[in-house]
Amino acid sequence: MATNIPADCLYAENHEWIRVAGDTARVGISDHAQDELTDVVYVELPEVGDSFAQGAPFAVVESVKAASDVFLPVAGEIIAINEDLADTPEAVNEEPYGKGWFVEIRISNPDELSSLMTPEAYAAYLETLG
Amino acid sequence: MTEPIIYELSVSGRSAAHLPALDVPPSPLPPAHLLRRELDLPEVSEPDLMRHYVRLSQLNYSVDTGMYPLGSCTMKYNPKVNEDAARIPSLLNVHPLQPAETAQGNLALMYGLQQALAEIGGFAGSSLQPAAGAQGELTGILMIRAWHRARGDTRRQVILVPDSAHGTNPASTSMAGLRAVEIRSDDRGNVDLEALAPHLNDQLAGIMLTNPNTLGLFDEHVCEVCRLVHEAGGLVYGDGANLNALMGIVKPAQLGIDVMHFNLHKTFSTPHGGGGPGAGPVGAGERLVDYLPGPIAVRKEGREGDQARYTLRMPAHSIGRMKAHYGHFAVLVRAYTYMRMLGAEGLRASSEAAVLNANYLQALLRGVFPLPHDRTCMHEFVLEGRLADAPGIRALDIAKRLMDYGYHPPTNYFPLIVPEALMIEPTETESKQELDRFASALRSIAEEARREPELLHNAPISAPVRRLDEVRAARDLVLSWTRPTRPAED
Amino acid sequence: MTYLPLTDRERVEMLARIGVPSTETLFQAVPEEVRYPELRLPAPLSEPEILAELRALGAQNVAVTDRACFLGAGACNHFVPSIVAHITSRSEFYTAYTPYQPEISQGTLQVIFEYQTMIARLTGMDVSNASHYDGATALAESLIMAQGVARGRRSRAVLAPSVNPVYREVARTYLQGTDVEIIDEGCGVTPQDWAAAVDDRTACLVVQTPDFYGRILDLRGIAEAVHARGALLIVLVDPISLGMLVPPGALGADIVIGDGQPLGIGLQYGGPYLGFFACRAEHVRRMSGRVVGQTVDVEGKRGFVMTLVTREQHIRREKATSNICTNQGLNVLAAAVYLSALGRSGLSQVANLCYQRAHYAASAIDALPGYSLDGDGLFFKEFVVHCPLPVQELNRRLLDEFDIIGGLDLSTVEAGRERDMLVCVTEMNPRAQIDRLVAALAEVAK
Repeated sequence: MATNIPADCLYAENHEWIRVAGDTARVGISDHAQDELTDVVYVELPEVGDSFAQGAPFAVVESVKAASDVFLPVAGEIIAINEDLADTPEAVNEEPYGKGWFVEIRISNPDELSSLMTPEAYAAYLETLG
Repeated sequence: MTEPIIYELSVSGRSAAHLPALDVPPSPLPPAHLLRRELDLPEVSEPDLMRHYVRLSQLNYSVDTGMYPLGSCTMKYNPKVNEDAARIPSLLNVHPLQPAETAQGNLALMYGLQQALAEIGGFAGSSLQPAAGAQGELTGILMIRAWHRARGDTRRQVILVPDSAHGTNPASTSMAGLRAVEIRSDDRGNVDLEALAPHLNDQLAGIMLTNPNTLGLFDEHVCEVCRLVHEAGGLVYGDGANLNALMGIVKPAQLGIDVMHFNLHKTFSTPHGGGGPGAGPVGAGERLVDYLPGPIAVRKEGREGDQARYTLRMPAHSIGRMKAHYGHFAVLVRAYTYMRMLGAEGLRASSEAAVLNANYLQALLRGVFPLPHDRTCMHEFVLEGRLADAPGIRALDIAKRLMDYGYHPPTNYFPLIVPEALMIEPTETESKQELDRFASALRSIAEEARREPELLHNAPISAPVRRLDEVRAARDLVLSWTRPTRPAED
Repeated sequence: MTYLPLTDRERVEMLARIGVPSTETLFQAVPEEVRYPELRLPAPLSEPEILAELRALGAQNVAVTDRACFLGAGACNHFVPSIVAHITSRSEFYTAYTPYQPEISQGTLQVIFEYQTMIARLTGMDVSNASHYDGATALAESLIMAQGVARGRRSRAVLAPSVNPVYREVARTYLQGTDVEIIDEGCGVTPQDWAAAVDDRTACLVVQTPDFYGRILDLRGIAEAVHARGALLIVLVDPISLGMLVPPGALGADIVIGDGQPLGIGLQYGGPYLGFFACRAEHVRRMSGRVVGQTVDVEGKRGFVMTLVTREQHIRREKATSNICTNQGLNVLAAAVYLSALGRSGLSQVANLCYQRAHYAASAIDALPGYSLDGDGLFFKEFVVHCPLPVQELNRRLLDEFDIIGGLDLSTVEAGRERDMLVCVTEMNPRAQIDRLVAALAEVAK
């Protein structure tokens, strides 16, 4: 089954997506990432008000046998977290770009967005990973 | 037929307690707000209690059930005399805070074991206090840190940890407030000297070496690594998890190890107890011996004709106490019993047989499953649990199928540097016939993997339960029993 | 004397199969100059010989067996029902290892699940782990956990000065490499004082009740005060006291810890014991140590597995909640059997016997000329007595002349308290023993 790469997001090398709306954005992990992780059982999220640099680990996503850091695609301040993930971590597997979002941020430096991959570039990137 | 939870066997008013009656005039109880109103513990009769736990015991696989080749865990036979020894009332019914003069026998035993461990490791002294291997690691890293600080050197924050190491190594380093830096292994499974080189600087506090390493290989660079680390001002921690290969073969201190823990529950035959308690005494060379945790037993020679006396003392620059009291004494009694019965020759013979058994089993399995590091192994070896002509099969499937053949599976998915790892440690107490049977079970499973992979995917079928849903356990946490609510009566 | 089954003939066959001429060849990777060192160990012993040697060592001890013992201070002489040893002696339990393979470890896993349930009920908390090494390391781990809950932003931990001094020492040893500052002096004498010492840089307050000196604390309002500062309340308890006293969970505690030694484990000259550890559900992912959870197998049958393993060292490595990778398995079994054997009424009965006999002893000693009780507060099974002569000397005479093991000489843990004795009374001290102690104390004070 082909992996889902929505056109309205940008992507980072560690398989995070970011959907920008003005100076804020939503962040989650890609369909490819959730598939690699297998069943997500827990997501550890930051607190609202925390700030992170581009590429800094801001969350941890756990399957039964693994825990992986999730990195912020661009620097920003956390303005909302997806509290529903506490009860329904499976949303990350089922709707990685929808109900399975992780956080909303206020983007610190919009210039950093240019370092991210377009959907086409991300699709090509996944090809190189085999 | 699941065994009920003990609470499900509970009937109000039953008890298995046989306690004395109150024989003193009653005093007033504390005020009501300090008293508890309910106490939800099971209420069962003694026969029900006995049967419940006997039935539970029968759901376990154990060393006394059959071969348990769990790599890096040294599941050797646990001699029964050890158990009798650890129940001698005059040794065990002693309070740890009694004055030393009233516990001379126990202190003599502890001293004897301290000396024996130091001798086996080539160390200047040892402390029996650490409760387990992981606590021994934390102890050793805290000692290394304290040694550097005592010399005024606070910059050294880095502990090097090979990529084949147990997860406890980096975790212990973090707990000690130091930074774990992973270094890779080379093609032969040794510490990669090129990867080591850039870290040999004034940030280096030390390195943690498991030797033989978790691939079951004696590191061919061990002396060189120790020399380089020492030259750079660092110290060497030895993870003694795999000492069962080396008793009387080499003293780790003579390879350059400064401080090392012993796993008495592995090497010295004390039982694993379903996950504990074990014991993780630490031995140290001249540089670190005064930093050992304590108190430890010390011997004072008697004046002519008088018996030697034993006391407890904190080492001069001790890092402190790692736990209350002096160690897992009942475990120490078992290890002492084992050490005294085997003596130097018996310990050496045990290590030789452990290595012989592992190499023999490795020879039997060569060609059955991929052997990524094909060289003489020590007490264990690592196979890849995958087959080119059975693509759907993973190490997990092989492990589960072994249960249907009556064996405990090897360690799987560790070490992390071997894909689909199956880490096999037969130990010295298995016979040649048992090793032959185990090898034919694995050969047979490899055949099934090709012909009838479903047998593996569905395994185990003969265990008390089938494969369990670990995702559900982690998502819907149920960590204690809850009483079902009764349906409302109309 | 070894446990090796291989015969010489089999060795030869095995070496041939391996393709090496001798066993020594297998050790060629070991540098030759250090290979096969001499080990200077005592000569090996046979089974009867080692047992005789151990019994001879035992004869040099003064065991509490059949002797009056009033020594406690964190390890107490409680009764161990016969059934405990019979179950823990089943080798299906004691020769198994960590239940890595749940399908063939359901016995161990269900025992842990039952233990977790009983500890949660006993302490009044939501969840319990599968145990730490002992009460002291449970305290150290609870401080690390409180740091985790505070996400490393609160570097102080306030410990009541009446927390077992050895435990405080262990906590200091554990945390010496971290930035955590342990404050256990100058923070007052009442629970209200300690709560007031909690500020916005403090991750937790630790109190012990009954405290090291046996006193029962009134903790009403303390949890609220500590929570108002954004910190956690950690309560260290004697599990036997929970047969009578209000559980810390009902007082708002966030973490409850203690030593399970009284729960069917015995004195064992200090170990192995059992560190029990329970917390509120919201903090379960910050709790270290093994945890067992309930699930089902592919056929829908109830079963148990180790869960939340991503907190642990074998997965999280340097970011793990702790380096611990075992629990006190066999002692967990002992505690589960003990709590089941005693049950609801039995544990209450043990607690009541301890309380009543301790109070009987305390008032009798207090009435002796030269002796007086320290303070007039509530206590459970231990209390401090001011003595007319140094406790060290007094204890020597109690043992030599009356065959009684006296209470703790407090000067061994606190400077300047040479005449203070911490006396512990349990269900193992019948009235006749207490009367003998009182008479002996009167005699030695003459």
